[in-house]
Amino acid sequence: MKSRENLIQFGLLIIALSTIVILLLIALFILKEGLPIILRVGIKGFICSTHWSPQQGQFGILAMIIGTAWITAGAILVSLPLSLSCAIYLSEFSTPKVRGTLKPIIELLAGIPSVVYGFMGMVILFPLIRNYLGGAGPSILTASVILGIMILPTITSIAIDSLQAVPHSYREGSLSLGATRWQTIRMVILPAAKTGILSGIILGIGRAVGETMAVIMIAGNSVIIPKSLLDPVRTLTANIALEMNYATGDHRQALFATGIVLFITIIILNIIAHTIARGGVEK
Amino acid sequence: MEDKIIIKDLNLYFDTHHVLKSINLNIKANEILSIIGPANSGKTSFLRTLNRLNDITSAVKISGEILLDGMDIYKKGISLPWLRRKVGMVFALPVPLPRSIFENIVYGPRLNGVTSKDRLEELVEKTLKSAFLWDEVKDRLHTSGTKLSGGQQQRLCIARSLALEPEVILLDEPCSGLDPLSTSKIEEALYELKKQYTIVLVTNNTKQAARVGDNVAFFLMGDMIEYGSSEHIFTVPNDKRTEDYITGRFG
Repeated sequence: MKSRENLIQFGLLIIALSTIVILLLIALFILKEGLPIILRVGIKGFICSTHWSPQQGQFGILAMIIGTAWITAGAILVSLPLSLSCAIYLSEFSTPKVRGTLKPIIELLAGIPSVVYGFMGMVILFPLIRNYLGGAGPSILTASVILGIMILPTITSIAIDSLQAVPHSYREGSLSLGATRWQTIRMVILPAAKTGILSGIILGIGRAVGETMAVIMIAGNSVIIPKSLLDPVRTLTANIALEMNYATGDHRQALFATGIVLFITIIILNIIAHTIARGGVEK
Repeated sequence: MEDKIIIKDLNLYFDTHHVLKSINLNIKANEILSIIGPANSGKTSFLRTLNRLNDITSAVKISGEILLDGMDIYKKGISLPWLRRKVGMVFALPVPLPRSIFENIVYGPRLNGVTSKDRLEELVEKTLKSAFLWDEVKDRLHTSGTKLSGGQQQRLCIARSLALEPEVILLDEPCSGLDPLSTSKIEEALYELKKQYTIVLVTNNTKQAARVGDNVAFFLMGDMIEYGSSEHIFTVPNDKRTEDYITGRFG
């Protein structure tokens, strides 16, 4: 009986470890495929050059880094006011019943396939932007709006949880000192929930940086340094997905190297999010 | 002495649960009224009707009248921040806001529009002295209020409610988590404070009620069983249930 217990325990341990092994294998594989070209071109030549023309052997991804940064920043700007308002309303003003109904619905937004978001962008936003702001349609702006909606559930849901985690006694203490509900939220509850909300935002950034399908459909994918919000850009993820099909040799390696940059960015963002979240718990 | 608060036929329901049953009670100015009774007898709920803090819980229903200086505080158009500045509250668990000692005290006055630095500093010193805390913290006013000991935190909470210059102070078992020394410091503070304020003290400690209370109300299962002066209630209570409770036979 005892040995059977041990066997089950051991089996579960192996399965648990295998997920870590998979992560390590992916990391190793990307490094093995991508690192040689970075070493050859030099980190500076790879990250700080804007020339991306694989046929001529030019592998600089700065334009894509800038594209990713613009779209991510735009997405956060679009998403933050919406998701914070949502979270504040649902946590502080709505009844538990309304909260219990609406929160899962908002989280459902995360379950919509990203190709559907891209499709909505093409069908609804392209004509709007073309008619009212100019440009062709595919642009930083389009991608920011759509991505902003895509990361809404991540930030909203984490923000609601952090607001709900603020001790009820803070609310009562503040109210009993003659504060209005809004003053209480602004001066006591938001500051107390700040770390949790911040880690939600960073996870949202991570999602935006990693999003591929919707971005390919609506960002335009031109390898240029954008001069306005209406310019089309290409992101790091789009670069890989668009060219991997036909890439060989150095070109293929350069795409894997783009993957390394993405991989490291996401890992750093996750570490920051976890550090902040842990700091919030300990105070 | 004149009546500061008059409670007429007060009923309170949470959903269908009848928490307070037809309470009639007059609270006199500059007295300490202690409210005693076993757990779940409605003491805390009663206290929270006096500054309308029950209102933040949904599904609460109230009937009857509570007159503060003759004005019905449940009348339409009463400003809750205004009421809560007039009727301060100290909770069972001391919870300073996650700010410095100084900021905890000036929080309320600032919201009320007091901005002069001199005035705020004066308020901090005055209220901390009234709460018998000044000497212990005067050198570290800008350290976090949550770093103080339990007894100090509770006196900080008393000080911050005084900073609003209220007329009535509600205390909900303020000494329940404190050691005897801290308790006696708070009782000493209360004794001084009643010269200026009207105090309603909910306590589980009948000895404390006897020590500091001028009058005592005994609550049981949402009913107010008996009301009278401390000497009377603790020596010759009229009701058998009151006697049973204060002699420790139940509750």
